[in-house]
Amino acid sequence: MLLGASGSGKSTLLFGLAGLLEGGVSEGELRIDGLEPRAARDRTGIVFQDPESSLVMARAGDEVAFGLENRSVPAADIWPRVDEALEMVGFPYGRDRPTDALSGGEQQRLALAAALALRPGLLLLDEPTANLDPVGARLVRDAVGRLVAGGDLTMLLVEHRVAESVDLVDRVVVLEAGGGVIADGPPAEVFAARGDELAAAGIWVPDHPLPIPPRRPPLERAEVLTANQVGYRFPGEGSLAVGPIDVAVRSGEAFAIIGPNGSGKTTLALLLGGLLRPTTGGVTGPDGEPIWRLPAAQLARTIGSVFQDPEHQFLMGSVRNELTLTPLQKRSSTVDALRRAMELMERLHLSLLAEANPFTLSGGEKRRLSVATALIGQPSVLILDEPTFGQDRRTAVELLDLLASQRDEGSAVCFVTHDLPFATALADRTLELAR
Amino acid sequence: MRRFTPLRPDPRALLARANPVAKLLAAAILMGVLFVAPGSITPAVILVAILAGVPLTGLRVATLLLRIWPLLVAAFTVGVLNVLLAPAGPGGPDFEAGIALGLRLLAIALSGVLALASTDPTDLADSLQQQARLSPRLAMGVLAAIRMLPILAAEWQLLGMARRARGVDAGSSPLLAARLAFGKLLALLVGAVRRATRLALAMDARGFGGTSGRTIARPQRIRLADWGLVLIAVAIGAAAFGIGSALRV
Repeated sequence: MLLGASGSGKSTLLFGLAGLLEGGVSEGELRIDGLEPRAARDRTGIVFQDPESSLVMARAGDEVAFGLENRSVPAADIWPRVDEALEMVGFPYGRDRPTDALSGGEQQRLALAAALALRPGLLLLDEPTANLDPVGARLVRDAVGRLVAGGDLTMLLVEHRVAESVDLVDRVVVLEAGGGVIADGPPAEVFAARGDELAAAGIWVPDHPLPIPPRRPPLERAEVLTANQVGYRFPGEGSLAVGPIDVAVRSGEAFAIIGPNGSGKTTLALLLGGLLRPTTGGVTGPDGEPIWRLPAAQLARTIGSVFQDPEHQFLMGSVRNELTLTPLQKRSSTVDALRRAMELMERLHLSLLAEANPFTLSGGEKRRLSVATALIGQPSVLILDEPTFGQDRRTAVELLDLLASQRDEGSAVCFVTHDLPFATALADRTLELAR
Repeated sequence: MRRFTPLRPDPRALLARANPVAKLLAAAILMGVLFVAPGSITPAVILVAILAGVPLTGLRVATLLLRIWPLLVAAFTVGVLNVLLAPAGPGGPDFEAGIALGLRLLAIALSGVLALASTDPTDLADSLQQQARLSPRLAMGVLAAIRMLPILAAEWQLLGMARRARGVDAGSSPLLAARLAFGKLLALLVGAVRRATRLALAMDARGFGGTSGRTIARPQRIRLADWGLVLIAVAIGAAAFGIGSALRV
């Protein structure tokens, strides 16, 4: 397992080994069985983080066959090898299964099968479970575990969520952000000697749970969002994707929405955020008005929505301008708007990045900025979709503190998450959706 | 959003089983005739033939109509406008030109739509490589693009909601709406390019575009029946052209 703080180059090293780095300046040398990685490509297989943008074909069997076709495997051998690879990862469907009908965990096992069909000696896994729900992640880890137990495959794994995957590996190497190796050895030894230091550097280390922020006694709670038999059906679909359900969100409480992929968590968050017109029922805000009808500017002052992908919400060329956008629309004076933007940047450690383009920020900085853009309108409700998704431990701890203080100051904090430890540390109440 | 997902025709249907390139060829022949033939009779005959062929595609008529109604409306509107605005000829206004234009547009659009809608995208990519000798890079590009469309449509919707969440909407100003749409388009393109780059990397990692030639896991053949389809298209085109010319004089 390859570990390191954000920016230590774990994924870059993995891509280098896969022979996928082009351009740029390189120093030193990488060798696989004595060969340049590019020349040794037929000895390596790689599985990427996001299965949706790494699947090529429309049907499962074709996906596995794709690599075999490219490597000129004789036509008669292709389908037996496809079946063998699908079997190895425990793929539950036939070859004709459409790839877009698969869950994330199934897609990722398919990607694993597609890599394995080429019979690599070195299997490279770049955070293969980061985009999956806990159930899907476990299925992928089980499949990897069975492969590694076979013994004739070398595996190199980059993973944020260390605790769950540590049983799969014999050795842990920790990279340092400026270059170099911090630690190298059996997992138990490395974590015993360096655990605290690694946790502080943002790495998810086993036996280092998130610190639970103190809970100040809750204030009097008023219902700020009331969903009444709310439900949503995608156009052209037969049944509701979510609901109809009743939910109330109250001021001064943190409210977690959990459930497997496809249970409609994100759709519910969009409904509660006034961004999607409900098919059935409705959601009313603090003043009893249906929130999806509110003009956007007024909505942003009532409810701050934070999307799973921060980039979807960036509109401006600099961090400062992102933050002056919403208050300026409120016709507050420029001076006021700037002052509030400064305060928030200070609080979220973004001050030094005021002039930076939001798209050039690191993952953790993007997340903090997207939360800041929601907070700047001083909404009474904050709705976040997977706030800790893809974040290192340090960002998760910062988010936890920030959201806890929002909660204690009387905001309603509503969040969708797969991250159960995070939900446990923050939420007063949990809603579990079923598929 | 669902307008962009491929339809799934009944795989047993005659036209759904036909070779994709043969189908495209047949559609192209009909389109060629539609482009050159004068008058409204020829397009009308071809349109009737195409409509008669709809049951053979294995597509459900209701599903098909749900997808293509904007096309029908567009062709109809063009036809009606041209009839209404018809220039006065020597013997009264010339309605036929407008009717002919509407019928022609409809027939051209339908022949293309039916050929593509009754074809599985993967079969199309395979057949383009094997029969039309298109380079794998282009054929796979076509397939990737078809698979990307529904994703981009969903992304477009998400970008709109994200803007609303930031407190930005156009209200009733068309100028603001245009600016907002432009910003969304830019964001969509950036996202699409990034997604395409990741996909290209994933394909690269599995040996795509390597030096050795590819083998073929799903052979596509042009059968006798496919030649038959092309011949039928030629026959329909010729007959329609003949009838059209005969009735004009």
